[in-house]
Amino acid sequence: MKYAYYPGCSLKASGKAFEESLLAVCSALEIELAELDDWNCCGATAYMAVDETKGAALASRNLALAEQTGLDMAVPCAGCYGVLLKAQAMQRKYPRLADQVSVGLKAGGLTYGGRVRVKHPLEILAMDFGTKAFRSRVKVPLKGLRVACYYGCRLVRPESPFDDSHDPVTMDNLLKSVGARIVDYTLKSKCCGGSLTGTIPEVGQNLCYQLLKEAQRREADVVATACPLCQFNLECYQKDIARKYTDLKPIPVVYFTQLLGASLGLDPVALGFPRLIVPIEPILRERGIMAKAGTEPAKAGV
Amino acid sequence: MEHEVHTNGKEEVRIGFYICHCGSNIGGTIDVAAVADYVRTLPGVVVSKDYKYMCSNAGQDMIVEDIEINRLNRIVVAACSPLLHEKTFRSATHKGGINPFFFHMVNIREHGSWVHEDKALATEKAKAVARGAVGRVRFHKALEKRKEPVTQSVLIVGGGIAGIQAAQTLSNAGKKVYLVEREPTIGGHMALFDKTFPTLDCAACILTPKMTDIGSDPNITLWSYAEVVDVKGYVGNFTAQIRHKPRYIKEDLCVGCLDCIDNCVFKQGNTDDEFNQSLSKRKPVYIPFPQAVPKLVVIDPEACTHLNGGKCEQSCATACERDAIDFNQKESFDDIEVGTVIVTTGFKTFDAARKPLYGYGRYDNVYTALEVERLVTSSGPTGGEVVLRDGRRPKTVAIVHCVGSRDHQTNRWCSRVCCMYSLKLAHLIKEHTGAEVFNFYIDMRCAGKGYEEFYERLLEEGNRFVRGRVAEVTDVPVSAEEEGKLVVKVEDSLAGFVRRIPVDMVVLSTGLEPRQDASNVRRMFNISCSSEGFFLERHPKLAPISTTTDGVFIAGCCQGPKDIPDTVAQAGFAAGEAMALLDKGFVEMEPMTSFVNEELCSGCKTCIGLCPFSAITRDDAKEVAVINPVLCKGCGVCVAACPSGAITQNLFEDCEIFAEIEEVLAHA
Amino acid sequence: MPNVFEPRILAFFCNWCTYTAADLAGVSRMKYAPTTRVVRVMCSGRVDPQFVLSAFAKGADGVLIGGCHPGDCHYLEGNTKFLRRFRMLKRMLADLGIEPERLRLEWISASEGDRLRTVVNEMTEQIRALGPLHMPAHFKEWDTEVLVEDLSHDREEEVGERV
Repeated sequence: MKYAYYPGCSLKASGKAFEESLLAVCSALEIELAELDDWNCCGATAYMAVDETKGAALASRNLALAEQTGLDMAVPCAGCYGVLLKAQAMQRKYPRLADQVSVGLKAGGLTYGGRVRVKHPLEILAMDFGTKAFRSRVKVPLKGLRVACYYGCRLVRPESPFDDSHDPVTMDNLLKSVGARIVDYTLKSKCCGGSLTGTIPEVGQNLCYQLLKEAQRREADVVATACPLCQFNLECYQKDIARKYTDLKPIPVVYFTQLLGASLGLDPVALGFPRLIVPIEPILRERGIMAKAGTEPAKAGV
Repeated sequence: MEHEVHTNGKEEVRIGFYICHCGSNIGGTIDVAAVADYVRTLPGVVVSKDYKYMCSNAGQDMIVEDIEINRLNRIVVAACSPLLHEKTFRSATHKGGINPFFFHMVNIREHGSWVHEDKALATEKAKAVARGAVGRVRFHKALEKRKEPVTQSVLIVGGGIAGIQAAQTLSNAGKKVYLVEREPTIGGHMALFDKTFPTLDCAACILTPKMTDIGSDPNITLWSYAEVVDVKGYVGNFTAQIRHKPRYIKEDLCVGCLDCIDNCVFKQGNTDDEFNQSLSKRKPVYIPFPQAVPKLVVIDPEACTHLNGGKCEQSCATACERDAIDFNQKESFDDIEVGTVIVTTGFKTFDAARKPLYGYGRYDNVYTALEVERLVTSSGPTGGEVVLRDGRRPKTVAIVHCVGSRDHQTNRWCSRVCCMYSLKLAHLIKEHTGAEVFNFYIDMRCAGKGYEEFYERLLEEGNRFVRGRVAEVTDVPVSAEEEGKLVVKVEDSLAGFVRRIPVDMVVLSTGLEPRQDASNVRRMFNISCSSEGFFLERHPKLAPISTTTDGVFIAGCCQGPKDIPDTVAQAGFAAGEAMALLDKGFVEMEPMTSFVNEELCSGCKTCIGLCPFSAITRDDAKEVAVINPVLCKGCGVCVAACPSGAITQNLFEDCEIFAEIEEVLAHA
Repeated sequence: MPNVFEPRILAFFCNWCTYTAADLAGVSRMKYAPTTRVVRVMCSGRVDPQFVLSAFAKGADGVLIGGCHPGDCHYLEGNTKFLRRFRMLKRMLADLGIEPERLRLEWISASEGDRLRTVVNEMTEQIRALGPLHMPAHFKEWDTEVLVEDLSHDREEEVGERV
């Protein structure tokens, strides 16, 4: 299995742990992620809001590059993923916009034929690779680990090609198959505040607080995310939030790929565990998934 | 004008052509005078006229008079769809003294003026199709309609209020009725209700006497726990096969004493009680509800230990003094002959789990409206107490309207009854619990006699109404008052802001859908469905209970969502139509059947296997195919397939169709 | 009138489904191209391949056959009977040099007025792009060619090719 890998900016910076864990898991499963040559910014939400045509053209340059490879595209960042899907949908729906985009691409020596399939790693691992096949590779089941699966809004809305837009279950099923206990977490596709945590912190942080509080109320050990911005908001602001909302206790917020990697017995460093601000090792040790301090953790694959 | 003599090889052809303005419906788009002028130039056309309304008496009389004055022997009318007025003009043709099948109709309204905007092109198209008709009608032959007697009995499929009403009406007129119901009892959805809107009269009090009457009516053969599995034949002469599911009870011996139920080895119910919407349990041997008709017990083979091959002392059988229990009962079949069929198979309610954001199946205290119907009924699982699953009485209740209705993600249509039943439930919940009741609605649709007044009454009673489609029901609190509650999130579109309203109980007013097997039923009876899956009426205004198959009628919610009064009215209408057919005593068969020209037939048998109705056999003595005109339904499949051109279909003869093709295309 | 080619599409619609769908399109006031000329038959199974050939020969630019969806035929399976003939016709037309797009079979149920509109509009555009078929004119041309050529020689060749 091989995909054209489009990391987007986050996975090279704040979401480095996402990239590390994703690449580690894929390499352990022999899924090849070939990073696109000369990829550019997807435009994020901001560019589309300012100028839809230019926004779509910017995003479509990546689609055109991927199309040249003839591979399906792997897009881990939920923001990029949403933007690329939107750029595709807009070109299908509005032929005039599609014409304008192709004029832009042509200036750069590119064409886009609308044939690329954009996929999120959740879809790749759960559907393409398969939950069943994944289960057979598990070395260290995440037995007893209580996980709140948090998808965020960008991944599944306005509509997801692989899951329900309000009640997604792909991550639940994937993590359940590696032994985790999935807590009932109805806020799974609610907003984390996005960039509001930076611009209007009291609103953004309140949204994060609701999400963390609910995970705590459901007695989750850890929140699993599929989006670098969600992970960033929920983890990095925890201290600030806890100052305002004193009932909040620290809770690790990780990428679902980090948990999957742990179940495959991969090296915690390769999975980006040291980058976490709220460490996950204590709870993994407590649940017997990781060896107690002093003894070597189970190693395999890397 | 001097008319040039024109023949079809046998007789002089004298065609009258009439084109209708239909007010401005046709005349507004098509230049009807120009079409009439054009047709007047075509060979064989003696008269060519345009008129405001051809279907009016004056229009028809014009045809009658012209036939006499101008010795016309062929008539063409260009107007609306033949499916609407072909009959009208055939009878005018007949009244003029010539065979009604010397007539052909051209559709220039539904297929012309209503669908085209370019007047010049629409007029040219009308000329072309008019020319085609003039070309084909010269070959028309005199045909006779065959008369067939009508079997004097009616099959009614589905024993809800629609089927019950239709059966009673027919029986009152002395007609023989077979009423087939799939469930162990008749009564349908109405039997589940406590009260009916807007009068709040008790549903059981008005329904159960009717059910009892059905059970004891000598004109009605009631087969419950049975299904129609096959239907053959045609209007006036249908045969149907009925499959009786085994009840494991000898129906003629069971007197409904219920001793078997009392003596079942299960002292408590062990399986979900469907009648109570699974809010309670029932035993494997059961009766759906005390007033069930027929009052016969049923043994559920899924839940019964003995029927599952387990060890059981069979105390139910021992307890039955009449030895009515028969564990070896098998399904059985009945074949019946009926003249007409009324399909009243009803609806199903929308599965609320299809709207995950409303939390049905996730939160205990989210109920469907049907479940609450059972809760408010004194004969229901809680004896009429509106209590939550944990036994608490709700202090605040939210009723969410339009769940699975008016929703582009699920069903687009309005289910018509939900506003009113929501009001009814709001009233009953308030009456039973004193709770504060919120209704979340998009629009209040209270059109019906006494409906708006009922809405006003609810407003005066102090019920709360919030306009807005509910976004979500959640149990995640954001404030102390939301703790332990269900929170309804909604944009209050009158107040203009988003509200979070904590409640104890949520009631989802689920919409009405076609039954899951509607498409099988449709195929069995050879009728059509609308795109949403409800059975399609022949005409939305004028033939709302007829279908595309003569002699098969529809009534009630299988045709579309409707309330009880409308259902009853429709059922009565269907019974009336069925009765008209029976009392007429005969049906006239369309003469479009096919026949074999023995001179040309080579006896190759190609046609025999093609006929879907087994109407063709081979006369081995003469070595030719023979078509039985009674069995032939006139599809023409054999005609198109006959390699020697030996088969002719009346009114769709090769010469007629070839002429139509040639002439339609001859107009440039 | 704008100078665009208005194709002439001869349409055979079955009485129960597609003809009714066309009526529904009318009642719903849907607008579509005025290019079809409808011949009503009781069942698409009545459509003889010769009807289709005759239509092309007499000047149709396209032929559309509309029947009930498989399984929904008023006469149980007349529509599938025509499906066989349709496949044969497609091959035959290709041999005759007539573009396959000029013949179309569609299952359109009585409730699918919008589908009817779409099909007619699509087919109109496709045939407009192909241009007129001009069969009657071709026949005239061929007839004159035959007159000047050596008839007997021509026949032999034709027979030879067929074998």
